[in-house]
Amino acid sequence: MTARARAVPGLTKPRPAKLPTLAERTLGNGLRVVAVRRGGVPMVHLRLRVPFAGRKPDHLPKRLVLEATMTHGTSAHSRTELAVALQEVGAGLSVSTDTDRLLIRGESLKSGVPRLLELIAEIVTDAQYPKAAVVGEVSRLQTQLKQRLSQPGEIAAEALRNRLYPEHPYGRDLPDPEDIAAVTAGAVRTLHRRWVVPPGSLLIMVGDITPARALDQVERALAEWSGDATKPAPAPQVPIGGDLTLVDRPGAVQSNLRLGGNGLCRRDDDYAALSLANVAFGGYFASRLTQNIREDKGYTYSPRSGLVHGATASGFVVEADVATEVTGPSLVEIAYELGRMVTAPITSSELESAVNYLTGLLALQTATQAGLAGVLETLLADDLDVSWLREHPAALARATVDDVLEQARRFLAPAALATIVVGDAARVGEAVGALSPVVTREA
Amino acid sequence: MSYDVRRHRLSNGLRVVLAPDRSAPVVAIAVYYDVGWRSEPEGRTGFAHLFEHLMFQGSASLEKMEHAHYVMSSGGTLNGSTRLDYTNYFEVLPSNALERGLFLEADRMRSPRVTEENLANQIAVVKEEIKVNVLNQPYGGFPWLLLPPLLFDTFPNAHNGYGGFEDLDNATVEDASEFFKRYYAPGNAVLAVGGDMDPDETLALIEKHFADIPRRKTPPRPSFSEPGLTSERRGEVVDANSPTPAVALGWRVPDPLGDMDAYLPFVVLADILVRGDASRLRQRLVHDEHLVTDISAAVSLLEDPFDVRDPTMFLVTAFHGGEVASDDVVTAIDQELDRLATDGLEDGELSRIQARIAASLLTRLDFILGRTLAMASLEQQRQDPGLVAGLPALIGSVTAAQVVAAAATLQPDRRARLDLKPGASR
Repeated sequence: MTARARAVPGLTKPRPAKLPTLAERTLGNGLRVVAVRRGGVPMVHLRLRVPFAGRKPDHLPKRLVLEATMTHGTSAHSRTELAVALQEVGAGLSVSTDTDRLLIRGESLKSGVPRLLELIAEIVTDAQYPKAAVVGEVSRLQTQLKQRLSQPGEIAAEALRNRLYPEHPYGRDLPDPEDIAAVTAGAVRTLHRRWVVPPGSLLIMVGDITPARALDQVERALAEWSGDATKPAPAPQVPIGGDLTLVDRPGAVQSNLRLGGNGLCRRDDDYAALSLANVAFGGYFASRLTQNIREDKGYTYSPRSGLVHGATASGFVVEADVATEVTGPSLVEIAYELGRMVTAPITSSELESAVNYLTGLLALQTATQAGLAGVLETLLADDLDVSWLREHPAALARATVDDVLEQARRFLAPAALATIVVGDAARVGEAVGALSPVVTREA
Repeated sequence: MSYDVRRHRLSNGLRVVLAPDRSAPVVAIAVYYDVGWRSEPEGRTGFAHLFEHLMFQGSASLEKMEHAHYVMSSGGTLNGSTRLDYTNYFEVLPSNALERGLFLEADRMRSPRVTEENLANQIAVVKEEIKVNVLNQPYGGFPWLLLPPLLFDTFPNAHNGYGGFEDLDNATVEDASEFFKRYYAPGNAVLAVGGDMDPDETLALIEKHFADIPRRKTPPRPSFSEPGLTSERRGEVVDANSPTPAVALGWRVPDPLGDMDAYLPFVVLADILVRGDASRLRQRLVHDEHLVTDISAAVSLLEDPFDVRDPTMFLVTAFHGGEVASDDVVTAIDQELDRLATDGLEDGELSRIQARIAASLLTRLDFILGRTLAMASLEQQRQDPGLVAGLPALIGSVTAAQVVAAAATLQPDRRARLDLKPGASR
């Protein structure tokens, strides 16, 4: 299998992507509407984002029941009738919530847009949350919660959230079963009335549309929606490192390692440099982390790091699911690679690679109707505008290896990170305990 | 809707599909080799997938990690996957990296660099992959690894394509060399390029980088067909990681290629049963009777319905909380299939499902990578990459009578049923 080495071709002149043109209007009720033409296929993708950052402890179980039952009937249509009406125009609709927002995602054939908007309007203004539907979904959510709690990835993510944001809604995504059981139809209706309101909300449509006309269609459909602005939960405390949390999962054949700490939001002047530090460390396949614990040592299949964003906090996380028997060595190698990031600059070739990767990734993420709708939702909700799609690549290109080192020192230092290990404590406890003070708890 | 699709064949047998689309400065490159799990030798379960990993370990002119490095440092992403009937490799890149991407694929089609060290490393990585997705995961491998041995009898169709650890450990560099020589011949591959490129210039680049890969014998693809079942087969697994039960039902379906008219109604039927809150099984089992927490139906195991050859299956999978017996869940499914076979579809039921499927197909086509992968696969299996734009119309051609007839074939005595019992103490 030997052959003469051939030279890898260089890159030709890049053709820059065109920035999307946004048509925009804020309705009298406070709803901000953005429409973008993106042809390609005769479809439209839509996102309606509603601020939903409640601070009360029972907000979590209530919002989970609300998202599961929001499309279960209005005074005009039953759940089944709504589902039929959507499919008749090739449309689909889903409702989800997280600690910051409720998101209604819709898609339809372009001919179905007026109908899709009518049905969304009906749901946000008149969802009924029938008692039988709420009771049924409460029971289903309890079973699903049991299923989620059996997944090591879910256990690890929740343990890390608990550690990073212990006194804040960001600290939990899995409620107690009895808290789900306590949710009533009346409580969900009240939650809807209070939170599903147009002020602060954002509707984005991307697809084979005429934007000016689309804005009119949205205004016609949603002008009657009303309500007062809500007040989001305050920002959490900045997370700190500390003892390692070992979550015991007897018999586990792998350990799920999670490290996390503070990060920067996209608006921050240093965000580009931190993004580059993350990519070079573990943010893509060509990273140091993958090179080390996967391609050199074979400890793991898919190690990775990333920047994660909530509305009022951002974080840096490292994840690796490793063979039980190399749990200790994997923690050592992760700390070693983090340590390298904060004690010496990355090479200029690592920098160039990370810059090109992040620039190209942004172009890919915005290349489809659905992808562009998602990116715009993120940017606009972050008080950025579409020019960020041009400014961020420029900021990446300006960053130096010293800038990257400076941000790595602020956010990638091992001592600043909280560490979670989900695994078989009987088999990994000794090695883990030799590396760090440990607090062990049950899954 | 249609796309500008051009087909070529190089003198070494490599089939080429070119589909220009200048709407964004992005290109997708896909290489499909006509070998999947079904072709791996006995005693070497999981080898096709392991070999996919080895294709990223360096090649004639590239060191280990360089392939990924060149793609990503050009602003692109990459991956590969192994399925029953194919192994694919793909990149999406800014269009100024087109020639580089072609070079990278040509280099490993010419000669991957498999060493003892890289093989041992990737066996370890694949084992961790299997632990993440199967051994350390509730419902891991259910039903995609666990149902085939019940529904099929012959090794190609029935075995575990992720691989047993002993078989993976036994894999050798010689195995890899022989597997490559046999199945990775240029004549056994399809190269598809879609997106921001000029087809004539691109073909010239393809000639430049691929044409000197020597022609090799292309392996004949055997028939993997088996007789259908004549009585119900039952199986049971206890999953130590799972807290609640599940049940999977699989029926054989007509040949997706040889008998497409008979196959298509099953594709529509799957969505009639489970797509959206108005679908028959979701409505009754999830919402009205609270029998299950989730239910799905699909034609084929992992692939999409137009990505698989004969034999394949119609699959219904249901998860529930254990308050009812799995028998009650299966009875309700059977009753709904009977009702459909006896009373037929409701007014408008077929057309709305066809509209919904069309919308999903269009959304997939909107992404240049999804479109290019589909074209490569359609070229490989059907010699018709342009069919990608015609799939919504094909779905639209299915009649109510055909769907009803399809439902009538899903009888208990033709199926395999696998029960998953929860073994988790938590």
